[in-house]
Amino acid sequence: MADNLPSEFDVIVIGTGLPESIIAAACSRSGQRVLHVDSRSYYGGNWASFSFSGILSWLKEYQENSDIVNEGPAWQEQILENEEAIALSRKDKTIQHVEVFCYASQDLHEEVEEAGALQKNHASVISENPTEAVHSAYLPSEDESLCIASCEMLTEQTPSSDLETALEISNVKVTGETEKHDDKTCMKSASEEETSKNVPTTEGTALQPKKTRITYSQIIKEGRRFNIDLVSKLLYSRGLLIDLLIKSNVSRYAEFKNITRILAFREGRVEQVPCSRADVFNSKQLTMVEKRMLMKFLTFCMEYEKHPDEYKAYEEITFSEYLKTQKLTPNLQYFVLHSIAMTSETASNTIDGLKATKNFLHCLGRYGNTPFLFPLYGQGELPQCFCRMCAVFGGIYCLRHSVQCLVVDKESRKCKAIIDQFGQRIISKHFLVEDSYFSENTCSHVQYRQISRSVLITDRSVLKTDSDQQISILTVPGEEPGTFAVRVIELCSSTMTCMKGTYLVHLTCTSSKTAREDLEPVVQKLFTPYTETETENEEVEKPRLLWALYFNMRDSSDVSRNSYNDLPSNVYVCSGPDSGLGNDNAVKQAETLFQLICPNEDFCPPPPNPEDIITDGDSLQSEASEASVILEANSETPKESASLGNPEEASQ
Amino acid sequence: MHGRLKVKTSEEQAEAKRLEREQKLKLYQSATQTVFQKRQAGELDESVLELTSQILGANPDFATLWNCRREVLQRLEAQKSPEELAALVKTELGFLESCLRVNPKSYGTWHHRCWLLGRLPEPNWARELELCARFLEVDERNFHCWDYRRFVAAQAAVPPAEELAFTDSLITRNFSNYSSWHYRSCLLPQLHPQPDSGPQGRLPEDVLLKELELVQNAFFTDPNDQSAWFYHRWLLGRADPQDALRCLHVSRDEACLTVSFSRPVLVGPRTETLLLMVDESPLAVEWRTPDGRNWPGHVWLCDLPATSLNDQLPHHTFRVIWTAGDAQKECVLLKGHQEGWCRDSATDEQLFRCELSVEKSTVLQSELESCKELQELEPENKWCLLTIILLMRALDPLLYEKETLQYFQTLKAVDPMRAAYLDDLRSKFLLENSLLKMEYAEVRVLHLGHKDLTVLCHLEQLLLVTHLDLSHNRLRALPPALAALRCLEVLQANDNAIESLDGVTNLPRLQELSLCNNRLQQRMVLQPLASCPRLVLLNLQGNPLCQAVGTSEYLAELLPLVNSILV
Repeated sequence: MADNLPSEFDVIVIGTGLPESIIAAACSRSGQRVLHVDSRSYYGGNWASFSFSGILSWLKEYQENSDIVNEGPAWQEQILENEEAIALSRKDKTIQHVEVFCYASQDLHEEVEEAGALQKNHASVISENPTEAVHSAYLPSEDESLCIASCEMLTEQTPSSDLETALEISNVKVTGETEKHDDKTCMKSASEEETSKNVPTTEGTALQPKKTRITYSQIIKEGRRFNIDLVSKLLYSRGLLIDLLIKSNVSRYAEFKNITRILAFREGRVEQVPCSRADVFNSKQLTMVEKRMLMKFLTFCMEYEKHPDEYKAYEEITFSEYLKTQKLTPNLQYFVLHSIAMTSETASNTIDGLKATKNFLHCLGRYGNTPFLFPLYGQGELPQCFCRMCAVFGGIYCLRHSVQCLVVDKESRKCKAIIDQFGQRIISKHFLVEDSYFSENTCSHVQYRQISRSVLITDRSVLKTDSDQQISILTVPGEEPGTFAVRVIELCSSTMTCMKGTYLVHLTCTSSKTAREDLEPVVQKLFTPYTETETENEEVEKPRLLWALYFNMRDSSDVSRNSYNDLPSNVYVCSGPDSGLGNDNAVKQAETLFQLICPNEDFCPPPPNPEDIITDGDSLQSEASEASVILEANSETPKESASLGNPEEASQ
Repeated sequence: MHGRLKVKTSEEQAEAKRLEREQKLKLYQSATQTVFQKRQAGELDESVLELTSQILGANPDFATLWNCRREVLQRLEAQKSPEELAALVKTELGFLESCLRVNPKSYGTWHHRCWLLGRLPEPNWARELELCARFLEVDERNFHCWDYRRFVAAQAAVPPAEELAFTDSLITRNFSNYSSWHYRSCLLPQLHPQPDSGPQGRLPEDVLLKELELVQNAFFTDPNDQSAWFYHRWLLGRADPQDALRCLHVSRDEACLTVSFSRPVLVGPRTETLLLMVDESPLAVEWRTPDGRNWPGHVWLCDLPATSLNDQLPHHTFRVIWTAGDAQKECVLLKGHQEGWCRDSATDEQLFRCELSVEKSTVLQSELESCKELQELEPENKWCLLTIILLMRALDPLLYEKETLQYFQTLKAVDPMRAAYLDDLRSKFLLENSLLKMEYAEVRVLHLGHKDLTVLCHLEQLLLVTHLDLSHNRLRALPPALAALRCLEVLQANDNAIESLDGVTNLPRLQELSLCNNRLQQRMVLQPLASCPRLVLLNLQGNPLCQAVGTSEYLAELLPLVNSILV
């Protein structure tokens, strides 16, 4: 493979996150020869989305914490006397504090696959049986006394083959105590499926009307239905990314869905925030006068700049204080502050708040009644779309291809080449490197922030309505001063990110501690761990957790270029995802860097109509031959371009 | 640069586009020509369908071609087997849909669809409803589609409740939708028929309250959206008043009988028939209007023969029967009396509350309160102000008179574009109030001075007034309808801006006319005065025409019987 790569490019892009992919597409579109590599086996870096099995193996990678140092051919020898090398890192250190919890009842997946759907039904139907208590015994949150009681019950009631079962149960209980939250617990509990099978299930049909429970094995089996985003973002309907997608025509590679509702969490209850005209009109929770107040305030915010006398006097105070001076009831103030401006009591001043509100309103109504879009099959689609555009214009793609070092010319202080994992030296004019690829030597002075993330699989929505296909965003303000607001995005199965009957919930906030410490309080407020014992009081229930994941992700978005040590001027740094809701940062960054590489070039202009492209030889001979070179370059990398198609397969 | 795509320049693109357009135009024209030739030759076969579909597919607004298609389809109907016809209809429906996608507001296409569906033995109405729903989803205000939907709903006898639910869903999405609100106003009376309400129908109170809440949601959310306000007005409004004869007046002196109607009518042999019974026997008379123009009007009169007025009987009864209006009225002229009359009282019949008229004043009261609440939040909203005024009038015109006038002032300030309309409306209300006060006082003298009136209306209600004071207003004319004031003896209209006197005509009892300080310029406008036989005093001081040479002479000639003319 190494031999196949051309030895010279105009731009080499290392990392396939969103900003890198946009730049690669823009450069390729402008006629630059682009090589785009990623050491990972998937596109997107920390912007990727995974199927359920995909996220499990991603987890494994981070939990094992193993160094995948497969030393390639020594590159040091290749560095000439007038050259220096900037070694790149081989290990990703952007993800930390990974914790996984499984609450769904678990059974051996092999068995389920053999037994088929009927068997599964039985397992869920027998909840009236004593074994149901046994299920709960595996739950980390279940208290001990219950466990013991259930074991006793079991020994009393199962006449035959009980000895073995009871033994297994006590076994599990012990492990459950010692390594409560471990993945291994999940695996062990497979035995419960066996126990349940031992119990006669003759009266099963009588209990049929109960909602079928989703088991862990179902999740595994339907794992391909999931597209779990590492970074949880939405697209503002009039944000930079939408503009770019439309302008560049990249939008044709993706599909989007409108977020259907904005939610707020107030006084222990989840409620819908009326933000559009139609919402306000239809709202049952607002009084007539509140409707008018809210509409009046929002109308003012739409063009607040035109009425300086209305806010000039309040410029110095926080937005929340300003709202108190307006004709708004407390719950309207809450809606505007947390759900529309999406800021906090202390974070922003009047102008920022008005700006944020205006931006929100400005995005309303372009595609629907909320200002946001979500890409079907997950956020991870977006970098891939730009990669595809890059490839269409001749960019070359190599996944699982790491770069050992950048080669810098001592005299000119410019980077001139890379040396890849096979020891091939590839020359280029410009080098774009995603932050996580730099070694500790380069980043020794860099201060990173962290993002706390959680991904949950739940069995119902946080706010039930007629339709179960709602996509919601909910902001939960930080409780104490100094803690950050938590952004909750709940995706339904029609977003193609989770299996039918489940919801995929993303929680995000700026870290103050580990992800679990930051987010678990909110998770506990909104959800309850999955247990089978609670089936009776269906009414008051919160959605139940089937599975939960916590991790921290490094936020390199705010790092200034100067903090990196000794970077040559033609090496540009792309940051990983930020904690913000929109993607404006990535697009801004991409455009800025593109202008440095290709000054005076249009940024991702729309591709020409196919009928306007001149293909026959009426142009100059030399140019024609150049074009053929590009064609060759394309045909040289069939494997790579195939891997561009990969994500599509995965998402089917 | 490397790998840069070769793209046609904009000139090349423009040239390619131009060629393409030329090509298209040629095809279009030749197809049109062929169709017309075939039509002329009577060759109405499937090839015409094919050709017209090419053209209509690109331009669905070519009405003649739709006619061609109908001709072809009609002919084919006779020739084809049912199976073939079914296939033909299916393609036709599909084609129509594709045309609608080209232009969803094409009159021709929607009409053709109506025509086609109307001819089918078993039309699939469910499919058509679904089609409407789809097009209304794209544009909820496409009134072509609304029209078609009403056609389909009527044909398929869709229950009004279902259609109402459909309007619900559209209003939920966007309440700025006249069509949806209007459809509700058609459906609700069907759903809740009220036996004794007029054609427009009133709603039962629970339904009314629900609708009021819905529409309030709309105007509290966006008080500048008119559609909701109009629906609100419909909800509170009532049907046109029943046809009636408002007043009957007999005068012995003038030997004349005068009738005033609830709406303008044209009485004549071929139009409205009016029967007069004198002492229970029919009398043939000639009806005319007071101004002699015999246009549709509120007031009609006839001359009575001396026999009908003689003093031999203790009294004469006069009964007028309006056959078309299903109404009649009777009055009595007693022996020794100069006149006799019978009239509906404006106070009893609440004649002037017809703008809004929900019987339950509690509903109106609560509407007024919520509008006032909204007005506090939106002091400059004209719809809200106007609705408040209308509600106050419906509730109690006299009680709220002062408040109403204040609201008028605010309203005029916020909506200067409609100042003249508002002035007229205000004049009308003030006149109504004065009339009510006059009737309460049981006098025949009406004082309308110093009221800033810009227009005179309800003059047909003043049939019996003897003294009228219009001084110090902003009137620009004494309109023809003033001729209805058959009993008027003294008319004061000083200090206005009157330029014409068309209404001061044929007033049999007018003795004094004072028109000081007006804008009478031409002598010609004084002409009508000559038709008032009893005029003895005329004051024209302070008018431009007084300056003109020869005015006095002219007047002396025109009005020889007038004793004193002040110029």
